[in-house]
Amino acid sequence: MAKVLMKGNEAIAEAAIRAGANNYFCYPITPQTEVAEYLAKRMPEVGGVFLQAESEVAVGNIVFGAASTGKRVFTTSSSPGISLMQEAISYMAGAQLPCVILNIMRGGPGLGGILPAQSDYFQATKGGGHGDYRLLVLAPSTIQEAVDLTMLACHLADKYRNPVMIIGDGMIGQMMEPVEFPENYTEPELPTKDTWAATGAKGRKPRVIKSLFLDPYKLEDNSVVLYNKYQQMKKDEVRFELYKTSTKNKVLIVSYGTMARICQTVIDELEEEGVSVGLFRPITVYPFPEAALEKEATRKNIDTVLTVEMSMGQMVEDVERAIARRRPVEFFGRTGGIVPTPDEVKKQIKELIKKKHGAKTRQSTTKSKKKG
Amino acid sequence: MSEQTKTIFSRPEGLQETVTHYCPGCTHGVIHRLVAEVFDELDIRERTVGVAPVGCSVLAYNYFNCDFLEAPHGRAPALATGFKRLRPDMIVFTYQGDGDLASIGMAEIVHAANRGEKFTTIFVNNAIYGMTGGQMAPTTLSGQITTTCPAGRDVSQTGEPIRVSEMLATLNTPAYLERVSVDSPMQIIKAKKAIKKAFQYQVEGKCFSLVEVLSTCPTNWGKTPAESTQWLRDNMMPYFPLGLCKSPDSKEGN
Amino acid sequence: MPQYEVLWAGFGGQGIMVAGQLLAYTGIKEGKNVVWIPSYGPEMRGGTAYCTVVVSDKRIGSPIMSQVKAACVFNRPSFDKFCPKIKPGGLLLVNSSLINTTTDRTDITEILVPANKMAIEAGNVRAANIAMLGAFVGATGIIDPKNLEAVIHEKLGAKKAVLGTNLKVLAQGLEIGKKGIRQRQKA
Repeated sequence: MAKVLMKGNEAIAEAAIRAGANNYFCYPITPQTEVAEYLAKRMPEVGGVFLQAESEVAVGNIVFGAASTGKRVFTTSSSPGISLMQEAISYMAGAQLPCVILNIMRGGPGLGGILPAQSDYFQATKGGGHGDYRLLVLAPSTIQEAVDLTMLACHLADKYRNPVMIIGDGMIGQMMEPVEFPENYTEPELPTKDTWAATGAKGRKPRVIKSLFLDPYKLEDNSVVLYNKYQQMKKDEVRFELYKTSTKNKVLIVSYGTMARICQTVIDELEEEGVSVGLFRPITVYPFPEAALEKEATRKNIDTVLTVEMSMGQMVEDVERAIARRRPVEFFGRTGGIVPTPDEVKKQIKELIKKKHGAKTRQSTTKSKKKG
Repeated sequence: MSEQTKTIFSRPEGLQETVTHYCPGCTHGVIHRLVAEVFDELDIRERTVGVAPVGCSVLAYNYFNCDFLEAPHGRAPALATGFKRLRPDMIVFTYQGDGDLASIGMAEIVHAANRGEKFTTIFVNNAIYGMTGGQMAPTTLSGQITTTCPAGRDVSQTGEPIRVSEMLATLNTPAYLERVSVDSPMQIIKAKKAIKKAFQYQVEGKCFSLVEVLSTCPTNWGKTPAESTQWLRDNMMPYFPLGLCKSPDSKEGN
Repeated sequence: MPQYEVLWAGFGGQGIMVAGQLLAYTGIKEGKNVVWIPSYGPEMRGGTAYCTVVVSDKRIGSPIMSQVKAACVFNRPSFDKFCPKIKPGGLLLVNSSLINTTTDRTDITEILVPANKMAIEAGNVRAANIAMLGAFVGATGIIDPKNLEAVIHEKLGAKKAVLGTNLKVLAQGLEIGKKGIRQRQKA
């Protein structure tokens, strides 16, 4: 199929349809409303279900009800709306229901702003709602990748019977890039839904889809089942990309989403100036690619790890955890809707190298003094 | 069984054989039975999905012999909307108390009714929060004593009790709305008729349907079951009049 | 070709976003990598609108840049805001129908395009963005005008009157762009 120029929001919407998520519920919020507008037109064409509900609280719970049928369900929102969906997300995780949720993140906290940000990282990867649960979280950095990951998200949600979240910042939603949809899309085989979906108690015992377990032992059992799924995800679903990592790198950048693309430009420009920097880009931010990052960050040649985010520093905690103090972890970020320019990031890296270099010189001086 | 004996009363297929957790004198059991009898009479049990609320009837799925979803507090109409939109061939009902439906879940029920979602709601109104131990509900009567209005509900501070059926009847979207009671055998027979009608409308794919059932809470009202039914008749019925609020067949209610 | 970034800016309703998209579509037609980045939010409602288009043979990294190679400005606020954002050696295209000033910068090429006047004379003021697009392509040559014509035909409709106006101002724009560069080279 030929490449078409599409806005991220529209491309993601189309990708969901291509992956068979023909059931979509929404409430308008900038900067992702184009998903709803696109699907309002497109769902009737494919015989799907489209419904704009009264609030994101309702949307989350309509998704809950819809997912109980065993069919693929998709919803989208932006930061404040995602906060309102947390109730249903927690319940769905507890009841082991699959669904795909897109968060086109804007600046927060509170009503915040409408411009791009990555400040919902904690919410997406550490819980958001109450209870012992996790979401599988994917973070695309191009529109094509947003398409591919949306389709993958539909598969993974079913595979693990767990909500999957795609986090993109406002740029991913609003930007246009050429995209290609796979022809004759097929998926690896999935376990049957006949064992859990509510389809009517015909010729079988009634089924209950619930997250309520008043007996603490049963609730603990359920939490263990969930925990085991998350362990399995850690084994099988970790995804990341390396860009220009080599034994020459002094600095390793860790960055995701749009921010990672900006860092790629930084790396290209620094390369021309003779400064070698590599990029580690998590694609799954939960499960976080900790083992791979540890390996890359603790190579002999790496002096410093720099985490760059469009937030006040949230992923940096996962980076620190993965490296476990074996390398200094520095952070640079802008937030509130400000997207750092390559020049800003470049300046930070140069200062870091200068600082590091200065420190080393001092160290060696001390050493030689001792020797003498 | 000998030829001289004949079964004249048995558990409907729509109910499971289990021990109840409801308090003595509570009318949830009667209402559960009426719904289950309707499953049998309309032969819909095998294609029915219930949505349980948060409240005393949170465990409704332990009693009904059909598939069930357990909703967050107040959100049963949202779950029912999602399910029914994807499976219009199935029968979906929510079973909700007055705290669940008329307080925390008011937005969900109003908008589901206004969209004309083709599911049925059994709304059990006993003018109090039961499971948490007798707090003031949006339907608590003026002057009624609860643990959070120990001096009696002061409507100058908390507003007047909400008449849900009448409020929903103001919506332009066609619906079937009726208020019934289960305080006496005669009222129970009428309640059954209304519940059957509500499901019948859904089977026909006609409209949203809600039956408000006036119910008792002897435990939290601090009364015996007999006193409770009398209190319901003396206090609730005048404020929450029984009868048809809205019918899809005529624009006006009664 | 190396990466080229061009910013389009003007009032909402001047066809700024569309001009940028037409350029992006033509880039795709030529097998190039493209990104179209809008401004969004309340400013879309009648205020200043702008978008950036990046065209490159290589993978495009940052969609955000401190400076751009070219800017096409359609009104005075855009002129004031974006003129300083042009890289030295870059290009400024000015809608001289609505902007009655010129830049003091000597390190960039400025080309005056009477886009509104051209469009009105050709029969439709809404074609001002196409006049500007023509001038931009004439000045930079980053895409083939023939491919741009095909995209305009495809995206803006084949209605005779519309297409006629569009192609006419496109051709005029191309000439203005080419001439502007020739003059700069002579100077």
